[in-house]
Amino acid sequence: MDYAANLAMTLPEVILGVGAIVLMLVSAWGGSASTRAVSWTAVAVLAGACLALLGPASYGGSAFDGLYRADAFAAFAKVLIFIASGVAILLAPDFFQRTTGDDLRPEYPVLILLSAAGMGMMVSASDLLTLYVGLELQSLAAYVLASFMRRDTRSAEAGLKYFVLGALASGILLYGISLVYGFSGTTLFGGIAAAYAAPHSLGLLFGLVFVFAGLAFKLAAVPFHMWTPDVYEGAPTPVTAFFASAPKVAAMGLAVRVAVEAMGPATDQWRQIVIFAALASIVLGAVAAIGQTNIKRLLAYSSINNVGFALVGLAAGTPEGVSGVLIYMTIYIAMTLGSFLIVLQMRDDDGQPIENIAALSGMSRTRPGLAAALAIFMFSLAGIPPLFGFYAKFAVFDAAVRAGLFPLAAVGIAASTIGAYYYLRVVKTMYFDDPAPAFPKGNSPVEGGLIVLTAAFVSPLGYLAIPLLGGWTMTAARALFPAI
Amino acid sequence: MIQAIAFYLFAIIVIGSAAMTISSRNPVHSVMWLILAFFNAAGLMVLVGAEFIAMLLVIVYVGAVAVLFLFVVMMLDIEVAQLRAGVARYAALGLALAVALAAEILIGIGAWSAGGLKISQRIAPIDGNVPNIQAMGQLLYTRYLFVFEAAGFVLLVAMIGAIVLTHRQRGGVKGQNISRQNARRPQDATRNVQPPVGQGVQL
Repeated sequence: MDYAANLAMTLPEVILGVGAIVLMLVSAWGGSASTRAVSWTAVAVLAGACLALLGPASYGGSAFDGLYRADAFAAFAKVLIFIASGVAILLAPDFFQRTTGDDLRPEYPVLILLSAAGMGMMVSASDLLTLYVGLELQSLAAYVLASFMRRDTRSAEAGLKYFVLGALASGILLYGISLVYGFSGTTLFGGIAAAYAAPHSLGLLFGLVFVFAGLAFKLAAVPFHMWTPDVYEGAPTPVTAFFASAPKVAAMGLAVRVAVEAMGPATDQWRQIVIFAALASIVLGAVAAIGQTNIKRLLAYSSINNVGFALVGLAAGTPEGVSGVLIYMTIYIAMTLGSFLIVLQMRDDDGQPIENIAALSGMSRTRPGLAAALAIFMFSLAGIPPLFGFYAKFAVFDAAVRAGLFPLAAVGIAASTIGAYYYLRVVKTMYFDDPAPAFPKGNSPVEGGLIVLTAAFVSPLGYLAIPLLGGWTMTAARALFPAI
Repeated sequence: MIQAIAFYLFAIIVIGSAAMTISSRNPVHSVMWLILAFFNAAGLMVLVGAEFIAMLLVIVYVGAVAVLFLFVVMMLDIEVAQLRAGVARYAALGLALAVALAAEILIGIGAWSAGGLKISQRIAPIDGNVPNIQAMGQLLYTRYLFVFEAAGFVLLVAMIGAIVLTHRQRGGVKGQNISRQNARRPQDATRNVQPPVGQGVQL
């Protein structure tokens, strides 16, 4: 196969990479004055990368001698990643302007573009090398973004903590990769699957455990979640919104692909790990969130909890399960981005962000629209019908039950009621407590529009999208299971 | 014969310079001995046919890491007497580590003489006649081109990150503006004065 065909399949990453380099040059000469132009161009580059998925990038198959897979699964995950990255770029300039008084530096959109290229590689990886390099490209940009407000000690702390723990996770993952490579003799996912299918030594299973531990770290699944609340709290809010959305989709896509494509024959082995991580994340995410007074920490635990639910779908190990994971992640990023958009509206008259949940008191009287939107997101995150978040949970539990994992489904559903408590507490604070000082009205049409859009998607209107969403996710999931 | 001589030469110098690294009184001398040890380790690597690793040792360890050490050591104010006191304090821990390493070497040799661990066959064994630098280069720029380019992006992110997190605009610094310097004419910069005899020049 010639390079043109290979490049056509990797076109989304090529567009992102070239776009990032060009915008880097623009920002090097333009300085802070060029931030808004660079931001909008970066969003256009992401849209271009989405459009590129219409081509061979979504059906081309293997590129670069099996290093990269362009299939429907990768394309679906990439659409989610690029949309979430675009939102993270759009939110930033106003936030930084208000909080620091200075213009946002134009490296921010450039780093998000490079991170998005890394995430694209992650969900398209069909070789351990692509997996690792993609993951590092994503993570390294994320470490810098976490401490982007470098004068703020919490932001610097978040970046440092994320970097140290992320490096540890990379080490664990690399150790697993080296074991898998050593005992299977190849880094290609197809070859690894063949090694797992044949009678194999214990070494391969050790490799599997370490690879899953490393991936759980990147997913922030319990017991590798401890960095999440601190990093989410310390990072600037638009960056936190980014962390909670796009990299989660990428890490989940990567975990699904590794589990199904590379380690499919060892499903019984990794299922135990995934079930443990899923249940532990659901329970710990729910219980630990109860005592939180900071809304960003609350949402961090909420993201841990939600990753647990998505892993329930992976534990099923069937096309329905993978389709459930994709549905879950789609609805999850809408709910999470929406919640963080509301957090961005929480600020005092000087424009400084407020992160205390108590500040939401009585918001239903001072800002009824905002309160209603947050109530929709909270009810949806709790999985209460008729909101769309219910369908997400339904899809993953349905797949788990069909795969015969009754105990997992039963415990998961029971634990989701614990989670409902703290989501409903936020709603109670907004609707039944005495009003706190009102937040000043925002004047950003972009943020307002995005809140309306995400709220509409997770409201019962979202059910209209089910036939479309179900069809796409099923096509995407089948791409991973060629035999069925 | 010549291999054996080269091996013993390199090996003795490695051990000797390693011993000097930890026993030398001056930290700068320690780093110099370390560089000598690196060079001779590279020689050993060439002898076993791993010329790529030998190059890496010289380029990465001597060229970058050791020079970095040297800068750090020269900037620190190291009190040798204080370090000596530290040696006594951590002697037990160091001894335990040394024993663990020695035990690992012994176990490793024992396991090796009992036959290697059965791990998988290499999918694409390297042709013995191709030098390993050439073999690596052929793969790096063809089969693994995609990952190689992506690794370049990782380095770009590291560079952008370092600049974003540390660079700041400082006031009161005299920068160089070459075009302004070139545009400057003699009549703007100089003036003729004729100081009277016995008096200095008024500047």
